[in-house]
Amino acid sequence: MAALKRRGIPYALLLPGTAWLIVFFLIPLYFMGRLSLNVNLGTYYPFDWHWQNYSDALSLYDTQFVRSFIYSGLATLICLLLAYPLAYTIAFKAGRWRHALLLAVIAPFFVTYLIRTISWVTILSDESPVVDVLHAIGLAPDHRVLATAPAVISGLVYNYLPFMVLPIYASLERLDMRLVEAAKDLYSNAATAFFKVTLPLSAPGVVAGTLLTFIPATGDYVNAAFLGGTDNQMIGNVIQSLYLKQSDYPAAAALSFVLMAIILIIVLIYIRFAGSEALMGEEAAKA
Amino acid sequence: MTAAESSPMRVWRWLREHAVGIVGILVIVYLLVPIAVIFVFSFNDPAGRYNFTWVGFTLEHWKNVFGIPELNEALWTSIKLAVLATVISTVFGTMMAIALVRHQFFGRRAANFLIVIPMATPEIVMGASLLSFFLILGTPALGFTTLLIAHIMFCISFVVIVVRSRLIGFDRRLEEAAKDLGATPFQTFRLVTLPLIMPGIFAGAMLAFALSIDDFVISNFNSGTTVTFPLYIFGAFQRGVPVEVNCIAMILFGITVAAMVFTTWQQRRAERLAEVRPDQEGAAMPTPPGPPVQAAA
Repeated sequence: MAALKRRGIPYALLLPGTAWLIVFFLIPLYFMGRLSLNVNLGTYYPFDWHWQNYSDALSLYDTQFVRSFIYSGLATLICLLLAYPLAYTIAFKAGRWRHALLLAVIAPFFVTYLIRTISWVTILSDESPVVDVLHAIGLAPDHRVLATAPAVISGLVYNYLPFMVLPIYASLERLDMRLVEAAKDLYSNAATAFFKVTLPLSAPGVVAGTLLTFIPATGDYVNAAFLGGTDNQMIGNVIQSLYLKQSDYPAAAALSFVLMAIILIIVLIYIRFAGSEALMGEEAAKA
Repeated sequence: MTAAESSPMRVWRWLREHAVGIVGILVIVYLLVPIAVIFVFSFNDPAGRYNFTWVGFTLEHWKNVFGIPELNEALWTSIKLAVLATVISTVFGTMMAIALVRHQFFGRRAANFLIVIPMATPEIVMGASLLSFFLILGTPALGFTTLLIAHIMFCISFVVIVVRSRLIGFDRRLEEAAKDLGATPFQTFRLVTLPLIMPGIFAGAMLAFALSIDDFVISNFNSGTTVTFPLYIFGAFQRGVPVEVNCIAMILFGITVAAMVFTTWQQRRAERLAEVRPDQEGAAMPTPPGPPVQAAA
């Protein structure tokens, strides 16, 4: 009797949270899947295995789909190039400033996401000195940055950069510097030591950071709404508009499902190629 | 052999040696510039409705911070929502973390998986699927209730992850000691376990609060006519965001930074005290494996 009671404890502890996630996360996904197969009759939407929603949605909005993945892919790459030196600085060169710099990395999170993005509207607005400089060096020939692809991408980079910095920092911080010293003792130069020792050992952080940046950036619609023009709308903007303004629920649900499926496939491929190496790095760190 | 001759070379060498650090500092500046812009523009006196170009300095908007009724109402809704979502998700998440770390049971992997997938799902998919769910069921009506359901849902996973990391580093001998001294399981939990994992629970709760009060996407889908602080800003963007929003953003920023600095300071103080105590009381605590005890220093 007592043993039975003991065995029940973990399930009792798990029950409320698990039930919440099943009812309000998993089951809604099923409902969205069902909704994506409904027919849109204007005022009501009967269920009818209407697969045509998928082909219609994809042929209508393929540009936004492709654009979303290009924007978020570029943003992830730029984030990685900016985040790695910063994480490296905090982990190895900051000394007693480490905590202050980490606080600075997460500081943008303390300002509401939308206000941060609006701040970029201010910085990149037509009369801004930043745009004057960009114009002077030939990067903004029309003296206009807002409503262009670079504006949207730079907004994505800014908003998701901390998600890239923190995991890379976490894996660099655990790195055993004796391994780098050993490489140097064995006559490797600084660059070789970095590419053969430091970088592979920090791969788990890089993999986690790219996923944490890429997944939300692909579905983002705030940056495109505030910083982009009509030619820069991403798939998130389409889904938001179909759901909340045009009430075309079946098409919106189909688009959401395709978005989720494509992201899932990209992530699985990515983990297969980069992740196995990252796991090897983890093993090496333990050894 | 004058300084002038070698100085360009020296500058170049210095730059090369510190290149990584220089890029790092520039990225930090890049992260902080927009915050500075928000601060500066909270003193702006815009000519029209749009607060995008600098016109002149004024303290008017700081004096009038809480002078816009709709904005106050949105802020108050956000705070109520965040407090409720934080309390409920922290309780659920802590229970789940304890079950996952302390117990071996059938279905553990499935439970772990269920916790990770919401974090790997784009917010827009979560928001859209939850809206589909509420639309098809027809109940509850979109509003505060649906917002609360959604916020608890996306906060739980983050609480579990944070509390779990604290539980993994937990010295279980402390609980055994309590039991040896005659404590019941409930007393052990309340007097030993809970105080020790409290920093983790607190950190999880802070994260949940931050996620909830800042959430836009999922709220945008499930709010009905209820307006939270981020939803107010989104709605106001087209017709011009009032300068008071910048002031409120800066107040929230100041409070959060102060709270962060305070908790870090407290935690370090607690860690220092924990290191010293066994020595002071002369108790023969077994030396934990790992780094040597620093109490002597």
